[in-house]
Amino acid sequence: MSVTGIPVRAPSLPKTKRQPRYLLERERVLGPLMLLPAIIYIVVLVGVPLALALAYSVSDVTVADQSIDWVGLDNFRAVVKNSTFQKALANTFLFTIASQVIVLVLANILALVLSTDFHGKRLIRFLVLLPWTTPIALGVIGWLWLLDSVYSPIDWTLRQIGLLGPDTLFGPASNIYWLAKPDLARLSVLLIHVWRTLPLATVILLAGLTAIPQDVKDAANVDGAGFWRQLWFIRLPLLLPIMAVAVLYGMIFTFTDMTVVYILTRGGPIDNTQVLASWAFFKGVDGGDLAQGAAVALFLFPVMAGMAVLMLRLARRTETS
Amino acid sequence: MAAPTAFGEPRFDPRFKRVGTRGVLYSVATFFALFAALPFAWMLITVFKANTDLYKRVNNPFLYNDPPTLDNIRLLINDTQYPTFILNTFIVAFLVVIITLIAVVPAAYSLTRLAGRWGESLGIGIFLVYLVPPTLLFIPLTWVVAQFNLKNSIWSMVVVYPTFTIPFCTWLLMGFFKSIPWDIEEQAMIDGYTRLGAIWRTILPISIPGLLTVVVFSVALTMHEFVYALAFVTSSSQKTISVGVTTELIRGDVFFWQALMAGAAIVAIPIALLYNYFLDRFIAGFTLGAVKG
Repeated sequence: MSVTGIPVRAPSLPKTKRQPRYLLERERVLGPLMLLPAIIYIVVLVGVPLALALAYSVSDVTVADQSIDWVGLDNFRAVVKNSTFQKALANTFLFTIASQVIVLVLANILALVLSTDFHGKRLIRFLVLLPWTTPIALGVIGWLWLLDSVYSPIDWTLRQIGLLGPDTLFGPASNIYWLAKPDLARLSVLLIHVWRTLPLATVILLAGLTAIPQDVKDAANVDGAGFWRQLWFIRLPLLLPIMAVAVLYGMIFTFTDMTVVYILTRGGPIDNTQVLASWAFFKGVDGGDLAQGAAVALFLFPVMAGMAVLMLRLARRTETS
Repeated sequence: MAAPTAFGEPRFDPRFKRVGTRGVLYSVATFFALFAALPFAWMLITVFKANTDLYKRVNNPFLYNDPPTLDNIRLLINDTQYPTFILNTFIVAFLVVIITLIAVVPAAYSLTRLAGRWGESLGIGIFLVYLVPPTLLFIPLTWVVAQFNLKNSIWSMVVVYPTFTIPFCTWLLMGFFKSIPWDIEEQAMIDGYTRLGAIWRTILPISIPGLLTVVVFSVALTMHEFVYALAFVTSSSQKTISVGVTTELIRGDVFFWQALMAGAAIVAIPIALLYNYFLDRFIAGFTLGAVKG
């Protein structure tokens, strides 16, 4: 948001303008008034629910008994003791951190490729963006079928090239059972998070690459810096802030997501892929325990707030540089 | 200098050619394209498969071993509530767009023109509301929705979805308004229009591309949403596509795979095209303007 982009009000404008006749003509009245609908909407439907979530988490409210009675930190205590909570917490962090590390590496490669010019680039770009532009619930359905326990085409391919089946590397079973084994199920969820957030990170990095001033590149070329030197000493350092932005978004979307787990595994097998968000849903909506569901969801909040603050600082830094 | 777009002028670096040959370039690009598009390719193949073909484990899953058929699409349209889901989605999207526009146009104008130096910070603050995840709010919002007597109706989504479209689109539209010179409405006001009149006659007509972007992203975000819809609505006549397809077409262990794939693909592809077209705006907003140049 370069300041130069904002046209400053012309100082030469004659000050002879008459005092506005109507109240609506005064900027101090009109400004807040125009902002009001948006603010009211956000306060009533985001602010109030957030406060309500806090109230729920320290009460004994359920679907059956809607009265909010104070129980202190009982819900948090009960939740933390639950073994599923520990699994969900570990998984949430595992999926978030591991997926974004992978995404960071892959997105840099992909952005570099897409920043060059080649035939069919538009098609490649469209395809690469599909996981992000499609509603996530529908994308995961495709994966659900790809990872099917019997008809998975991945398994079929592995069988054809002799890696799956009796007396083979992944045998002796003739199917992998991706979603039935805890480790493989976690791997599948992780893979889908990579699949889904890679496009966003890539286009953000690509935008950053395009914004590197041409004269910097020209100067490097004149000085005889090779491809790798340019990559290491010019592109990557210049891209660092924008990379951080990309990773932060990826983290926020992965950390708070429940759709992938809900559709792919329902948290199974035996809660082994459960994450905080999905567990909150199963507890609060399917289980009807609003108080504990709210308590679980609130564990997302501190991390979320931290990421938002980081985002703000980054925005400020890129703004001044 | 024209603002570089995310995919603007191709910057061809001659050194890249020398080190990474065309071959490497194409194979890497193809690998990523395959990885990204695999589930969708698989969806499209499956849609036209006959049951006898699909449910035979030895069959090559990527080919039609039996002749392709349209039966699955017929099943989807005639024997499921898919048409209802589509209609519901359109109604919700339409109303969400209206509410969003009503709130966002004055808010973005106020923040860029009337709020002075606080405008930008306040704008970023509002944008951050977009990042508050549905998974944090769906439990209390279920109660709020019940208080309005909207539970289990498409109206619950109409009311709640603007909570994320308004923050996102306010920020988006601020970017547009900022690029319009002040002189234009000043001139209109000197000519005797009130400020609101000036906005109506000068700013809005110029901002049509911006308003269009707001419409597109309100629709796209509405179609993407899953968690609220899942929490608020249980009767199938009120469901939208994301939730309808994933809950009504998957019943326990019975999967109507081909119909399911058709249901997903029919919406996925058009939204992807729409999104793709407006992507640069999206990225400029998402990076908080850091790469606008």
